[in-house]
Amino acid sequence: MSVVLGVNDLQIAFGGVKAVDGLTFDVHEKEIIAVIGPNGAGKTSAFNCITGFYKPTGGSVVMEGTDITGHRPADIAAVGVARTFQNLRLFNDLTVLDNVRAGMHLNRGQSWADAIFHTPRFKRSEAAYTAEAHYWLDFVNFEGPRGVPIANLSYGQQKQVEISRALARKSKLLLLDEPAAGLNYTEKQNLLELCRRIRDLGTSIVLIEHDMGLVMELSERIVVMNFGREIAEGTPAEVKANPAVIEAYLGKDEEVEIDDNA
Amino acid sequence: MSGSTFKSQAPRRMGPVAAKVSGLLESKYLGWIALAAALLAPLLTASPYSLNVMTTAAIFVMLAAGLNIVVGYCGLLDLGYIAFMAVGAYTSGIVSRAFDLPLFFTIPAVLVMTILAGLIIGAPTLRLRSDYLAIVTLGFGEITRITANNLAVTGGPSGIYGIPKLLTFGDFSVHSPAVFYYVTILIVAFFVLASARLGKSRLGRAWRFVREDEDAAEAMGIHTYKVKLMAYIFGAVWGGFAGVLFASHLTAISPKTFIFLQSALVLMAVVLGGMGNMRGVVVGALVISLLPELLRDLSEYRYLAFGLLLVVAMVFRPKGLWPARPHEDERTGAEPQTAVDAAVSRGESR
Amino acid sequence: MTQIIWDGLFVGSFYALIALGYSMVYGIIKLLNFAHGDIYMLGAFIGFVMLTSMGGLPGALGIGALLVVLLVSMALTGGAGVLIERFAYRPLRKAPRLAVLITAVGVSFTLQYGVSAIMGSNPRSYPVRLEGDVFDVLGARISLPQVLLMAIAAILMISLNTYIQKTSTGRAMRSISLDMKGSLLMGINVNSVITRTFFIGSALAGAAGVMSGAYYGKIDFMMGFLIGLKAFTAAVIGGIGNIQGAMLGGLVLGLLEAFGASVFGGEWRDVFSFVVLILFLTLRPTGILGERVTERV
Ligand SMILES: Nc1ncnc2c1ncn2[C@@H]1O[C@H](COP(=O)(O)OP(=O)(O)OP(=O)(O)O)[C@@H](O)[C@H]1O
Ligand SMILES: [Mg+2]
Repeated sequence: MSVVLGVNDLQIAFGGVKAVDGLTFDVHEKEIIAVIGPNGAGKTSAFNCITGFYKPTGGSVVMEGTDITGHRPADIAAVGVARTFQNLRLFNDLTVLDNVRAGMHLNRGQSWADAIFHTPRFKRSEAAYTAEAHYWLDFVNFEGPRGVPIANLSYGQQKQVEISRALARKSKLLLLDEPAAGLNYTEKQNLLELCRRIRDLGTSIVLIEHDMGLVMELSERIVVMNFGREIAEGTPAEVKANPAVIEAYLGKDEEVEIDDNA
Repeated sequence: MSGSTFKSQAPRRMGPVAAKVSGLLESKYLGWIALAAALLAPLLTASPYSLNVMTTAAIFVMLAAGLNIVVGYCGLLDLGYIAFMAVGAYTSGIVSRAFDLPLFFTIPAVLVMTILAGLIIGAPTLRLRSDYLAIVTLGFGEITRITANNLAVTGGPSGIYGIPKLLTFGDFSVHSPAVFYYVTILIVAFFVLASARLGKSRLGRAWRFVREDEDAAEAMGIHTYKVKLMAYIFGAVWGGFAGVLFASHLTAISPKTFIFLQSALVLMAVVLGGMGNMRGVVVGALVISLLPELLRDLSEYRYLAFGLLLVVAMVFRPKGLWPARPHEDERTGAEPQTAVDAAVSRGESR
Repeated sequence: MTQIIWDGLFVGSFYALIALGYSMVYGIIKLLNFAHGDIYMLGAFIGFVMLTSMGGLPGALGIGALLVVLLVSMALTGGAGVLIERFAYRPLRKAPRLAVLITAVGVSFTLQYGVSAIMGSNPRSYPVRLEGDVFDVLGARISLPQVLLMAIAAILMISLNTYIQKTSTGRAMRSISLDMKGSLLMGINVNSVITRTFFIGSALAGAAGVMSGAYYGKIDFMMGFLIGLKAFTAAVIGGIGNIQGAMLGGLVLGLLEAFGASVFGGEWRDVFSFVVLILFLTLRPTGILGERVTERV
């Protein structure tokens, strides 16, 4: 299996706080990896460094052989990294379909002159954008209305749209920041199944998640962070048995939370 | 975040008259109705005074349409927009007098100069926070005016006069006020339509993504800096062409025309009309430019009133008085599945 | 040469006084208060009305009376700043940036044309004109009024600096500018601190307005426009949000402008300072004293 993303000794500091301090992991093709750790461990900061929103103070990020360390987020997206945000970042005033079309921006297919003169090329391109937007909404089993501003939808539906927007980017790698947060049991089951279908498309997934049941069931490997450092990496079973992980989560106490109850 | 229930877009309760008006305003044919009204207006009143007022209003609509691209679509506050009109007006005035050409033939020069102006001001500042951009454009507007005031080519404080006609074919020239009015209306209509169409294209959507959330847009591969620069350049070109019409209409221009007040008035048209909503912007521009003609007695207080209105509007309706209400048809079911698959796989990069 | 430096410092101290308000407000609520230059104009007009109603300055009272006028104008412009914050900016504290900026433009417009509607749009002559002996120091002509005004500006700025460094309000200001939510949680009365910030900033601008009216002798309703732009430039040069930076930036801009004007000619003075602004924003957007921060995503 070839390596899609290589993160090597990644570091970022804000003033004195080392939010990420020497994170190293690889993501292989069609792999699902989870990044876990207590609040403030530096998981989101790591995602932000990988996707170019923060400039790492050290280390490197390599995507399919291209060094993308510190590149502009748009360029990193163009290389094939799509992401969602921990707190939904949708285009609130725009329709559901337009939100998904954002993911297709790099499809191109029309110029501004086509738009002004409504050329046949423009009409074809717009029809394709619309059809594809519906396709990705169907893919995530979105059942809400599609022509209304996204702010009118429920939280769960908005989360679905954010994922379809990222899918419409058709990238090799998908980073999901706490996709299950705020979802109910059925929605979490659907998410689990959705992640597997995404993986089957040929996309690797890295997800940050606090729901251990979901993480244990879904991921092939787990990276555990605490205070910016990577304290463990391995299969779910290995991680579950790792004393350092148990200590990070529970203090020096017995195992309570880390069991799969999904 | 909204609650967990889906709030349907129930139309607000309104009386039959209000419903008719609102139906008319949302109608597909509004653009054509407005164009027809503009073309028929001289049949009602064609005095030189009213033609002058209507021509000026039309040019103002074009300015508002251009600023709407920058402020309404892309969410960038430009407080020196009138500078682009100045660049267009001066360029066409200087070039046409120097080479003794009708203004029409200065268009390539105007294009080059306004795009340059857009790049010069946009390139260094569009990387910065949006509020810095606002104040830098304010400065840029002033600097353009001061430069025109100081230089010899621009005629110094007295400006340029005796600017040639827009176009001359042998004996026929576009100089009768009525003919010029019609020419202006057609040009303005084209630019208004063009900006409305740009708003509903890939580029226009990118502008809105940037306006709504720059980070999310970047994450989708949208190079926000380039997209903003595009908005800026389109705005500049619209302003520059409005400048050509303006120079041709008045046949004389001077730095006093291009003061901050003018930029602020265009901004008000865009804001009050409803940022991003091209229909609202056209209405806003007509109100801002025609109202003072109707309320001559109150002229001392009108700018004061505009200022207060701007504050009140933002406090109570931060999206403008008539904001765009995004709405699309739900799925028609017409898309054959094969077309969808084709669309999806064509862009396939996996 | 010394003349250019002196002139630059003199004008620069006006810029600094106004830049302070820009910078304080920006530091705390990240708002570019476009109306700030117009507060300066308002101060000049309030001073004008008071002095006119007193029938100019009774000779003997001279400076003392002017100081009283200065203090009253400061109180009134400070109050105006507080009202503006309360009714125009506070309702929009969570609104999109664009709406807030547009509101600020509206406030600026309202102040300009409000004053113009009441006081007329033509320039007015100030009822007093500071005049005094001129000394020759190292080849620069320095007048007594200039020294007096610079002394007032210096006193105001030093007191402000002490206030911010030493008092609990000052500490609260600094803490809000670092983290508004955190400060709220720590029990700081954020609204009251913001109100004070607006009061102080506006009062300083008002003082500058009275001083410039008394020194230059002419005022008009647009006088705050360009100087507001200059003060912003000064705040950016010093590092916007940074109090000492604003003072430093004012003086630096005054000097740069004085040199620029002597090289390129006075009519290019404003163009020159604008170019300085663009250069700073491009090459060092954090200014001389500002620090770089990574915005949270
Ligand atoms: N832009 C920033 N400026 C300063 N500090 C930051 C910034 N972004 C993150 N931090 C700090 O870095 C540390 C790690 O934060 P991060 O958001 O990466 O944690 P996390 O693991 O995602 O936590 P959670 O599970 O709560 O989402 C925190 O102490 C946070 O305050
Ligand atoms: Mg996080």
